[in-house]
Amino acid sequence: MDTATLNTLFAKHRHQSGALLPILHDIQDAMGYVPEKVVPLVAQELNLSRAEVQGVIAYYHDFRQTPPGRHTVRVCRAGACQAVGGEALAAHAADRLKGSDLTLEPVYCLGLCATGPAIQIDATTLHAQVTPEKLDTLIQSLENDR
Amino acid sequence: MNVTVYLPGDAVALALGADAVAAALTTQAAQHGLAMHLVRTGSRGLFWLEPLLEVATPQGRVAYGPVAVDDLPGLFAARFWTGAAHPKCLGLTEAIPYLARQQRLTLRRIGVVAPHSLADYLAQGGGAGLAQARSMAPAEIVRRITDSGLRGRGGAAFPTGIKWQTVRDAPAGQKYIVCNADEGDSGTFADRLLMEGDPFCLLEGMAIAGLAVGATQGYLYVRSEYPHAITALQTARDAVGAWLGDFQIEVRKAAGSYVCGEETALLESLEGRRGVVRAKPPLPAIAGLFGQPTVVNNVITLACVPDILARGAAFYQALGFGRSRGTLPVQLAGNIRYGGLVEVPFGLTLRQLLYDYGGGSRSGRPLRAVQVGGPLGAYLPEAQFDTRLDYESFAAIGASLGHGGIVAFDDTVDMAVQARFAMAFCALESCGKCTPCRVGSQRGVELIDQIRGGDATSLDLLRTLCDTMIHTSLCAMGGMAPLPVLSIIHHFPEDFR
Repeated sequence: MDTATLNTLFAKHRHQSGALLPILHDIQDAMGYVPEKVVPLVAQELNLSRAEVQGVIAYYHDFRQTPPGRHTVRVCRAGACQAVGGEALAAHAADRLKGSDLTLEPVYCLGLCATGPAIQIDATTLHAQVTPEKLDTLIQSLENDR
Repeated sequence: MNVTVYLPGDAVALALGADAVAAALTTQAAQHGLAMHLVRTGSRGLFWLEPLLEVATPQGRVAYGPVAVDDLPGLFAARFWTGAAHPKCLGLTEAIPYLARQQRLTLRRIGVVAPHSLADYLAQGGGAGLAQARSMAPAEIVRRITDSGLRGRGGAAFPTGIKWQTVRDAPAGQKYIVCNADEGDSGTFADRLLMEGDPFCLLEGMAIAGLAVGATQGYLYVRSEYPHAITALQTARDAVGAWLGDFQIEVRKAAGSYVCGEETALLESLEGRRGVVRAKPPLPAIAGLFGQPTVVNNVITLACVPDILARGAAFYQALGFGRSRGTLPVQLAGNIRYGGLVEVPFGLTLRQLLYDYGGGSRSGRPLRAVQVGGPLGAYLPEAQFDTRLDYESFAAIGASLGHGGIVAFDDTVDMAVQARFAMAFCALESCGKCTPCRVGSQRGVELIDQIRGGDATSLDLLRTLCDTMIHTSLCAMGGMAPLPVLSIIHHFPEDFR
């Protein structure tokens, strides 16, 4: 992300109080992660220390500091999905995606608790009642999409 | 002819293929020369029937579900747009027993209105509460909420009127209304259904709270796991025009921290910091967001407000059981046949909900345990299924009703694994500020592993650890994480052997 783009992004948030999370979300939405080199620039913009910015990035599960895989697959590991085979699905996903260029992550609840097990692909695609076979099909189509 | 057809665009419906159904519907309607107006709504909350297709008829809306793309040629052949018979036809939507037996009040518009349309909301009775509030003195608004008996629906069940009164009485130049939409508890989705299906109701509730306490700025802190809710709220917020007067609302996307559902951690997060819990006092009502007096209320709490203003405190007070007044949106989840939203007055038993509404397990096996109130709630065995759903009845058996989420497990569940998960989840999500939660949860995981490995002597130590966490943790995270563990030790000891 070049300085001009970053400055435009900063300007968009100057009217907001406590704008660190919205700024980090915007950077990650644009780049897929929050690169280390933007940390001092964000700190300067918000008159924070680098440690404060780094601390926030590290605290929240959503923010990543390295680029993710081509697609992100998040399998719900929370209670309601556990009750309908979510853990077995998560184990299957881990096996299936070993060595893959897709990123597998846990997520704790997508609010699809009566139609589990649930998964999320990238930002907004949801699937409910996912069996291992259905997961394989979904992963296959992500792998074919190059 | 012109026909109006409704299909949810809610997250559950999308996860079950509603967008593909919508696309095929549009294509096939054109092929049949049908002038079809397709309205994407929220979900009615009858999830086993999603995607639920509805069509407007002179008798009312007729439902078909669950509808797959493959069903559409048959539906068109049957002329479904006339409400005609078809194997997937469920009759009049409002007459579906699961829905007809509920008392939909706060969530009565979900699945009915187009969530992006203020005009639709106002046409369906929305806005009456705000209009009423504008004709009242702020003190009267607060009194009406107090008199209604409304208690916080996020889990703590604190009387809403008292919270508002405290903020109203606090002298300050700037006060805030913060909506806690960080619905992180597994098994709960009522907030999500409302935000996606009837967002204007929530905005109206926030604006009324603003009038009551003298706040002109509101924040909606929504979990990032709900991208569709965030979009629905932003769309609604951008569509209000002058309807909310000078009350401003900003929608803030959270960042995946469970403990940010705790109100002080949420405020830290809104201020742009790590979501670390604050010590209380001072209460947020005295010194909350940016140090100013702040109302922090759950989504459903705020969504209850417009009706209470419009229809009066006595109307709301008349519903419910004991000291739990009004309706509770119960969420049936996990291994349950008919999962979804059941809004009923407080006072039904767990058994009624699990069997009369839920139809027992989805797997067909006997239900062995239910966890009520999210990952920090107790597990209840079949012997406690006659417990009434109200705050006091649950407190009396050492459980918590929380946000009204019920997660069912069948007899294949290993309760020792669930106990371990309770501690492991606490260890993962602890903000780290207090030692009992940060260290205790990790020690809890290790002790449960030892017990499962055959070391029965660790059980006493686990009980002591739970006791320490309950009594010395700073917030409900460490203070309640032991509840599921203790309930399992008590009710399912055989799984620890």
